[in-house]
Amino acid sequence: MTYRIALALVATLATPALAQDVRKGSLTISQPWSRATSPRATVGAGFLTIRNAGARGDRLISATSPRAERVEIHTMSMDGGVMRMRQLVDGLAVPAGGTATLAPSGNHIMLIGLKSPLKAGERVPATLRFARGGTVTVQFVIGGAGDAAPAGQNGGHK
Amino acid sequence: MSDPRTRGLLRGTALATVLTLGLVVTVTGCSRQPNASGNSATTSQRAGPGGPFTLVDTKGKTVTNETLKGKPYAIFFGFTRCPDVCPTTMARMELLRKRLGTDADKMNVVFVSVDPEHDKKEDIASFLSMFDAPVIGLTGDPAELKRMEKSFKIYVERVPLPNGDYTIDHTARILLFDRDGQFVDTMDAKEPEAQAVTRLKRLIDA
Repeated sequence: MTYRIALALVATLATPALAQDVRKGSLTISQPWSRATSPRATVGAGFLTIRNAGARGDRLISATSPRAERVEIHTMSMDGGVMRMRQLVDGLAVPAGGTATLAPSGNHIMLIGLKSPLKAGERVPATLRFARGGTVTVQFVIGGAGDAAPAGQNGGHK
Repeated sequence: MSDPRTRGLLRGTALATVLTLGLVVTVTGCSRQPNASGNSATTSQRAGPGGPFTLVDTKGKTVTNETLKGKPYAIFFGFTRCPDVCPTTMARMELLRKRLGTDADKMNVVFVSVDPEHDKKEDIASFLSMFDAPVIGLTGDPAELKRMEKSFKIYVERVPLPNGDYTIDHTARILLFDRDGQFVDTMDAKEPEAQAVTRLKRLIDA
């Protein structure tokens, strides 16, 4: 009994770190996060990691959010000091048994036409659509405007 | 077309063209990009980026290369709808200022919008309000901005997106100028923190 309570307690304590993980079939989406945007901002970038435990590859093909007029999948690259951002029109592959990472300085979910600024601490829903896996709704946890990583990770808060 | 002599000639011409282009690139290469290594302080000093400009800050006050003299400054070119590198760089400057402590006020941080089509003074002020650092946000006449981008060797290209909107490819390095308005070096937002602080300190103490 005591053991069970202890176990439950441990589980509760351990939960916050994984609270944002969402599973759908063989897909696990973890740590969706975004940055606070300025009062006049019209765009925001969302980041997350998608793991595909399945034997077949999948593809993130589109996304929507009630907070944005449009959501796109973008990639960003730095070449010779020049930053370039492009839309991934065909979406992003999530290989079988592999991972697709959307993180700063790389791929991201682009929230376009924000209906209101993203505020630090709030959660912003978005629905991801996968070619095989169907739709998955995640909650982007909004961090600071210049955060380099989700809150709670190294570099998330200074 | 299949005549071997013509082909040889064409190949020769092509080779000469490549060589000429290569030479031009080599000659202009050092001045076109603000110092690829990002570390050598002296090499690009002579033909380095910089030059006169006249822009306005977020309060409508005129800011020129002359008015910035007296304090060293770190200048960054970006746009407010840039979702990643621009906020990250501003956050980086905010952090470096904190590390500099009281020395932070001995230098200026300048943000120049390369998107005059969208970014009004208010947008720049709003963007900068997200960071706990007094950044001088500048915009101005599009032609003047173009001239400045050229003299500061900042690559800027407006790229249409499939959705009908556009994004802007741009040089995302921070340029450092001394108190006399002379280009000193470039900085990368990913440079180790301690190294960046040391370089800023050196700039302030110079």
